[in-house]
Amino acid sequence: MKLHPILAALRKHKAGTVLIALQIALTLAIVCNAVFIIGQRVERVNRPTGLDESNLFLVSQQWVGAPSADNADGVEKLDAMQREDLAALRQLPGVAAVAPTNSLPLLNSSWTGSVSHKPGADLGGKGDIRTAYYFTDEQALSTLGLRLVAGRNFNAGDVQHQGFRDQRDRPVAIISKALADKLFPDGNAVGKVMYSDGSNAPTTIIGVVARLQIPSIGSWGSSFAWYSTLIPTRLDGGFARYAVRTKPGQLDAVMRAVAPALYKVTPMRVLDDDSVKPFSEIRAKAYRADIGMAVLMGVICLILLCVTAAGIVGLTSFWVGQRHRQIGVRRALGARKIDILHYFQIENLLIAGVGVVLGVVLAVGLNMWLMTHYEMTRIPLLYVVTGVLAMLAIGQGAVFVPARRASNVPPVEATRAA
Amino acid sequence: MFAYYLDLALRSLKRNKALTALMVLAIALGIGASMTTLTVLHVLSGDPLPGKSAQLYYPQIDPQDLKGMMPGKEPPEQLTLVDGLNLLHAARADRQALMAGGSAPIDPGKADMDPFYVETRYTTTGFFPMFDAPFLFGHAWTAADDEAKARDVVIARSLNDKLFGGADSVGRTLRMAGVDWRIVGVLDQWRPNPHFYDLTTGSYAYAEQVFLPLQTMVELRLDRNGSSDCWGNGGGGVGNILPNDDCVWLQFWVQLDTPAKAAAYRDFLVHYSQEQKALGRFQRAPNVRLRNVMQWLDYKMVVPDDVRLQAGLAFGFLLVCLVNTVGLMLAKFMRRAAELGVRRALGASRRALFAQLLIESGVVGLVGGLGGLLLAMLGLWLVRQRPSDYAALAQLDTSMLFTTFALAVCATLLAGLLPAWRACQIAPALQLKSN
Repeated sequence: MKLHPILAALRKHKAGTVLIALQIALTLAIVCNAVFIIGQRVERVNRPTGLDESNLFLVSQQWVGAPSADNADGVEKLDAMQREDLAALRQLPGVAAVAPTNSLPLLNSSWTGSVSHKPGADLGGKGDIRTAYYFTDEQALSTLGLRLVAGRNFNAGDVQHQGFRDQRDRPVAIISKALADKLFPDGNAVGKVMYSDGSNAPTTIIGVVARLQIPSIGSWGSSFAWYSTLIPTRLDGGFARYAVRTKPGQLDAVMRAVAPALYKVTPMRVLDDDSVKPFSEIRAKAYRADIGMAVLMGVICLILLCVTAAGIVGLTSFWVGQRHRQIGVRRALGARKIDILHYFQIENLLIAGVGVVLGVVLAVGLNMWLMTHYEMTRIPLLYVVTGVLAMLAIGQGAVFVPARRASNVPPVEATRAA
Repeated sequence: MFAYYLDLALRSLKRNKALTALMVLAIALGIGASMTTLTVLHVLSGDPLPGKSAQLYYPQIDPQDLKGMMPGKEPPEQLTLVDGLNLLHAARADRQALMAGGSAPIDPGKADMDPFYVETRYTTTGFFPMFDAPFLFGHAWTAADDEAKARDVVIARSLNDKLFGGADSVGRTLRMAGVDWRIVGVLDQWRPNPHFYDLTTGSYAYAEQVFLPLQTMVELRLDRNGSSDCWGNGGGGVGNILPNDDCVWLQFWVQLDTPAKAAAYRDFLVHYSQEQKALGRFQRAPNVRLRNVMQWLDYKMVVPDDVRLQAGLAFGFLLVCLVNTVGLMLAKFMRRAAELGVRRALGASRRALFAQLLIESGVVGLVGGLGGLLLAMLGLWLVRQRPSDYAALAQLDTSMLFTTFALAVCATLLAGLLPAWRACQIAPALQLKSN
C-alpha cells in the first residue's frame, strides 16, 4: 500500500492529527516516568533487610520512675531490671530467642557513627566509613536470624553493659559483609581491628554477617544503608527494646503473653498497644509511603492510557463517519475489506509513530528535569522501549474497532449522497 | 440568546451520548486528580500563622569549632543552651521564646486510668503571645516564673478534657514525671500547620499537650526529644541527660515587627558572634541567618517530595485529558459543519456561532467540573484514610473549591476555543453545496 494517499488525507485533518500525536507523546512521557518511579519504589520495598522477618517481633517499653542512668549505681540498677525482663521473656513458652537491641532495620531510630582503620580519627574525616550500631547481646544472631558468613558468634563473655550516654571501649564487634568489604577490600576481615567513633581503643572484628540493613531508610542514610555494626553491649536507660523470635506459628500467642509477663516483673512501666509489634508491621509502616505512591502512580497511569485509547477511538470513529462515501468509492473501485482496514491501521501507526518519537524526547526531558529536582536516576532504555511498544500497541488496539467498521462499509455507499 | 444556545448545546450533547460521556469523564478525572493533589500540596505548604508569619524570625548563629569549616556553609539549625539563654536574656526583639520538645509520663491519680506519656514543650513565656496560642482558661506563666524555675504548666484542651472532663483546671495539680505541677492555663484547640517552631519532632506533628518553663526542665532533667548536633567532644544526651555545651538542641524564635527591626536584629547577631569570639567561646567568623517562618519552611523543604511529584503527575494527567477533549470537541464540531453552514447561510454571524459552540464546551466543562469535585472529595477521603501524619489535614476548603470550578470551566473553555474557531471558518456556501 502506498503511503501517499494516507499522508494527503492527513493533511486535510491537520488539527486532529496533531492533537492525537500530542496526546500520545504526553501520555508516553508521563507513563514512562511514572512506571520508572513505580519500579524504583517496588525495588526499594522488596530489598531484604538481612533478617529472617517471620516469627519476629519487637517490644518497646519504658519504665516509670526508673533510676537515673547518670551514675554508676543507677546504671547497675537499670541493667538488673533489663536482665530481669530478658529472663522473663526467654522463659515464655514458644520463645526461641530474645535479644535486647537499640533498634531494628526499618525502625527509623538509629545510632550512627563511623569506623576507621586508624585510632583517634576525626569524625567525618577522610577514610572514615559511616555505620549504624546495633547494641545487643549474644542471642542477637539467633534472634534476628542473621547468617554468619565468617568468624564466630558473640558469647556470653563478650557482653558488656553501659549507661546510654557513657563511652565505653568496644573490644569486639560483628559487622555486615558490606562493611567488611568496604573496610578490607582484600577480604578476610575476621580477626582484624577497626576503631569506632574516633576511639583510640581497637575493636576486633570477630564475625561477619551476610547482610544487615541499617535502621534508617531515609535518604540521609542511603550512602551507608548496608554498613551495620553489632556491638555486644546492653544499653541501660529508662527505655528498652527487646527483639523476640518465636517458634514457628506461635507469634500471636507469644505476643499476647508479653505484657502480662513483663507486668509481673514490675508493673511500673508504660506498655501500650504500640509497644509489641510484629516485624511485618514495622516493615509495612516503614514503606507505606512508597507503596502508596506506587499504587497512586499505577492507577493514574492506567486511567491515562484508557483516556488516550478512548480519544483515539473517538477521533478515528469520527473520521470513519466523515469518509463513509470515499470508502464506498474505494470499495466500488475494487479495494478489499482488508485494504480499508489496513488503511486506517497504517494511518494510526503513522500518527502514533510521530507521537512516540516526540514522546521519547519528552520522556527523557522530563526524566532529566526530575533528576535535577528530585532524587531520581536516569531512566533505563528498557522502560522507554517498552513504553514505545506499548503505546503503538494501544494505538492499534484502539483503532481496530472503528477501522473494522470502516471496512464493513458496502461499495454501494459510493452511489448514495452523503 | 443564551438560553437558546444552551438548549442547542444540550440537544447536541444528547445526540452523541458516548462522546459526551467520554469528554465529561476525561475532564472529571483530570480535574479530580489534580484537585486532590493540589489540595494536599496547598494544605502542606500552607502558612501556619497567616498574617503573623512574616514577623516571626528564626535566628541562626555558628558556635562550632574550626573543624570542617567551609565558607558559605549554613550555620547549625539550632542553638546551644548558653547561646539560647544569652539571646533570650538580651531581649532585643519585640518578643522571643527559647524552646525544646520532649515527653513525660503523667500519673492521672485515678484508679481507672493507667499512666501515659504526653508530648511536652519546654519553652519560655514569650511563646504564647508570639505564636497567638489561644487560652481557654487562665494564662501563661510569667518571665519571673521562668527565672524562678517555677513548677507551672499550661496544658492543651485535649489533655484537660481527658483529665478534668473539660472543667476549668487552673490552680489544680498535675502529677507528671514524678513532680507536682500547678496548672496555670489551658490552651484552646491549637494546631499550627506545619509544626513550624520545631520541625525536628515531625513536620506535621500535633501541638504538644503540656507546656512548661524551659529552665525548670533543665533543672529537673526531664526527657527530651528531637535532634541534637554536636562537635568536638560534645555528647548528644539521651533520655534524661542534657546535651552538653558543644551541642545545639534548642529552637529560638523572635518576633520583629518591622523590616528595620529585623535588619537591626541581624546586626545584633553578628555583633553577638564577634563578642563571643572575642571572649574565646566562638572560633569562627560570624555566620548568621535570620529567616522568617515561610523562608524557614522553604529552606527546610518541609513539603514531602512525593506530594510535589504527585501534584506534577496529576497536572500532566489533566493536560492529557484536555488535549483529549480538544480532539474530541474538534471532531464533534466539524461533524456538525453542515448544520453550522445552514445557520450561517440563514444569517447567523461567525461570532454568534462561536458563542454557541463555546457555550457547548462550557457545559461540558461545568458538568466535568462537578464530576471532578466529587472525585476530588473521594480522593481526599482516600488520602485521609492513609496513615501519614498529615492525612487528617487533607480537607477541601472554600478557596480550593472555587479553584476547582474555575479550573474546570477555564480549562474546557480553553479546550473549546480551537475547535470552535475552526468550525467557524467554514464557508457556508461550500458546506451547503457538498451536501
